[in-house]
Amino acid sequence: MSPFLFWFFALLMLVFGAGVIINRNPVASALNLVVSFLALAALFMSLDAYFIGIIQILVYAGAVMVLFLFIIMLLDLHAEGLRRINWIASAGGIVVALAFLIQIFSVVSRFKLARQNFPPLAGSTIDDVHNIGRLLFASYNLPFQIIGVVVLVATIGVVVLSTRELR
Amino acid sequence: MNTLGDYLIVSGMLFTIGFAGVMLRRNIIIILMALELMLNAANLSLVAFSRFHVDPASGTPNYNAQVFVFFTITVAAAEVAVGLAIAVALYRARQTTHVEDISNLKF
Repeated sequence: MSPFLFWFFALLMLVFGAGVIINRNPVASALNLVVSFLALAALFMSLDAYFIGIIQILVYAGAVMVLFLFIIMLLDLHAEGLRRINWIASAGGIVVALAFLIQIFSVVSRFKLARQNFPPLAGSTIDDVHNIGRLLFASYNLPFQIIGVVVLVATIGVVVLSTRELR
Repeated sequence: MNTLGDYLIVSGMLFTIGFAGVMLRRNIIIILMALELMLNAANLSLVAFSRFHVDPASGTPNYNAQVFVFFTITVAAAEVAVGLAIAVALYRARQTTHVEDISNLKF
């Protein structure tokens, strides 16, 4: 991928990611999140991870975002009014986030490997679904089954939570 | 082609946006969205390292990281389902999604 496309999608992802936390309307936040996820999927594909990119679009931009929009619709949330803002807490949050960003910059700038280009792949086409599938079912078979149990437990938990009435 | 550092910086910036969202916003739904942003930032750096570590014998990326990303996406989907179910249960009990209105640990 050309550097222009990389910076285009990275900027798209960051701008719409910032839109998620800036917007007061939850529906607008959710739609910003969709665009951010789609740009992130493009970045995954620029790294030759086509399977992960497709999974990102299917699971996040498809399933998770529909879940978010459905819950926003169910709760009938409107744009938040201007509440009194706790300035000390907000300033603290911004300072911690900026300190984290500065740390990331300093670590990456001292990391010598970070200045290298990505090494070329052997072939022009890569069979990554095949390779990930083999690895998943051979080397990571037990974690794969455990993740199935996790999803099952989450499903049961959601059913229990949504039927029981909290007082 | 961009360097590994570009991807790591972009990933760190996305993580910072998600982190700031968790710290600054007071709506549970938005906090869950910001959590998703943070998980995705971690996924981006994992995939970048996967592409960077090309296996010299076969010339393919290191797929272990991509399998890890697959697991992360699955756990994130489960987490968001449970989180939203808790948000709905809280909304039915308290008619609010603001974290400041939900300060009791025990119902």
